[in-house]
Amino acid sequence: MSNLDQVFVTLLHWVVGLVPASLQPWVSTLVIILAIMTVFGTCFALTTILERKILGRMQNRYGPNRVGPCGLFQPVADGIKMLTKEDIVPFSSDQVVHFLAPLVLTIPIWLAFAVIPFGRNMTAIDLNAGLLFFFAIGSASELAVFMAGWAGQNKYSLLGAMRAVAQMISYEVPLVLAAVPVVMLAGSLSLNDIVQAQSGYIAGGLPRWNVLTPWGLAAFIMFLIAATAESNRSPFDLPEGESEIIAGYLTEYSGFKYALFFLGEYMGLFAITSLAVTLFLGGWHAPLPVLEWLPSWFWFGLKFSALIFGFIWIRATLPRLRLDQMLSLAWKFLVPLALLNLLAAAVWHWSGQCRLFPGSMAVRWLVCAAILVFPGIRLGRSLNGLSATPRQYRYAK
Amino acid sequence: MTTPLSHYLVLSALLFSVGFAGAVLRRNVILVLIGIELMLNAANLNFIGFWRYGAHPEALTGVMFAIFSIAIAAAEAAVGLALVIAIYRHRRTVQVDQFNSLKG
Amino acid sequence: MPSDITFYLLAALTLAGAVAAMSLRNIVHCVLCAAGAFAGLAGIYLQLNAEFVGVAQLLVYVGAVAILLVFTILLTHGADVKLGSALISSGWKTGLAISALVLVCLVVPVLTSPGLRHEAASGVVAPMMQKIGEQLMGQCVLPLETTGLLLTAALLGAVVIAMNDKTAAGPKTGVPPNHEAGKEPGLR
Repeated sequence: MSNLDQVFVTLLHWVVGLVPASLQPWVSTLVIILAIMTVFGTCFALTTILERKILGRMQNRYGPNRVGPCGLFQPVADGIKMLTKEDIVPFSSDQVVHFLAPLVLTIPIWLAFAVIPFGRNMTAIDLNAGLLFFFAIGSASELAVFMAGWAGQNKYSLLGAMRAVAQMISYEVPLVLAAVPVVMLAGSLSLNDIVQAQSGYIAGGLPRWNVLTPWGLAAFIMFLIAATAESNRSPFDLPEGESEIIAGYLTEYSGFKYALFFLGEYMGLFAITSLAVTLFLGGWHAPLPVLEWLPSWFWFGLKFSALIFGFIWIRATLPRLRLDQMLSLAWKFLVPLALLNLLAAAVWHWSGQCRLFPGSMAVRWLVCAAILVFPGIRLGRSLNGLSATPRQYRYAK
Repeated sequence: MTTPLSHYLVLSALLFSVGFAGAVLRRNVILVLIGIELMLNAANLNFIGFWRYGAHPEALTGVMFAIFSIAIAAAEAAVGLALVIAIYRHRRTVQVDQFNSLKG
Repeated sequence: MPSDITFYLLAALTLAGAVAAMSLRNIVHCVLCAAGAFAGLAGIYLQLNAEFVGVAQLLVYVGAVAILLVFTILLTHGADVKLGSALISSGWKTGLAISALVLVCLVVPVLTSPGLRHEAASGVVAPMMQKIGEQLMGQCVLPLETTGLLLTAALLGAVVIAMNDKTAAGPKTGVPPNHEAGKEPGLR
């Protein structure tokens, strides 16, 4: 069914063929940009309503169900509300920085979608250093968080911004370190090559995805934890926790600018989820050889949706972490574990090149898992002494 | 690429002199550090420009130099800013002309 | 032609950012304009086919150095400028003259040199990442390892220098009890 697989590529070629040759690169780029913005904009709308409904169901209540069938038109109502709200800019705030902060947040995050392979032959730009480009763009949006907090010129905003920036730069290190073994074993920074290195199946129908190796599983989990923290999502949403610090760095924003921040945050989540799918879950590859007739972009969308559901599930389940707990988790647990993961990936790679005896796969798994699990438990136990006071259990009499 | 190399070099010279002027003229020590970073960036631009327009771009010499320069500049910025914080603790000021006594 | 226009736009952005960074009154605005100048330079590197350097410039300068500068400003209350204090140090005439001299010394050889090329060489090969990796681990492995050592030393040194040491001399130079914005409690 390669026709269905390449339907978007064929569509693009047809549209580009309608214009004269000198304008073709521009039109092609424009069509790709429009496609990405439409698809992910719809995804954003759907995710807002689905998140509220899933959170509601997990908390044993209905989510919003008034607007439209099962509440599915709620994003329209939310959009109208946000767009028609009065845009209040405080008098003592820094006007220029206040205006620029949402733009500086949103624009780099849209750029990050340019390097992700959404299907076979469906990468917008195939950069040689695609992965590095993605991380650089992500780090450029941290400055926007600081700008937003600074523009408010009040203590809550600034404190929230400082916490958010500290959290984001701390969790960038495990994020990048978790992606390094993938690059090591794929031999390239280009995301297309990384997806290509996960093609094929081991005997027995198991796909060669990175998540099905010990180092890949550990790296996947670390990547997801760091991605949750990078997107300021629960349980790492202290910078914008409403019960703690008003709204943190978003205190002084209302109306359209707040909507832009909201959009930027969700887009960042989508971008990092797409990257996780590309690096660890095999990108657009099908899990079993019998299922390859389904299009590649369908598999990408399915894995993407599963990860987004996982993020929403975690939000419904785990309580918020305190700032020092969050930062200790990053520096004292995730970073050493990520470095050990590099070692485990190297051991996996070299032991894979000498197939001595049957059952060697089990031995490889055991050795690499041992490198990761025992120090992991040790490091995790060392984080236990971080509660403010010793626990006091009080029972009802 | 039809831009002559001299345009890149003139840009680099302008950046360097702007950074130098800032580092020499401004009183705030953090702005001095920003000036130093601008000067380092101007030198990097020079390296990359000469690498691209040079005789042997496949030798990657300019790129290597620029990569190490960026890494070292980051380390130097970190240590410099730590020093600024430590000095602020003693002197309660970040104006350069107040750092005029060696008494600790 | 499009690459020329791109270069001139990026060069204008970079220069404007640099001049603004050195001349504005509000220091946070200076840092943000400097970050804009760094981003403009990253664009110029990307335009010169130096992908890795451009991306590293974004990652390191905009993503780390600018944020470091911002944190330091907030930790040293540099944003509270006393009214009436001079922006520029005394003796600014000498400084300005010397920087003009530096500019002249750098620009005149460039404009009068006969040997500068006008067109870029076409020897830049597409898979440059591989070659950069090979060079780093092959010919430049000593600088690489030394840079690693240097970065470790810088990291530890910065932490030690900036740490709030509550020694016997502590209370005399105690920090004021307002919110220590940005100070990570885990570092104590």
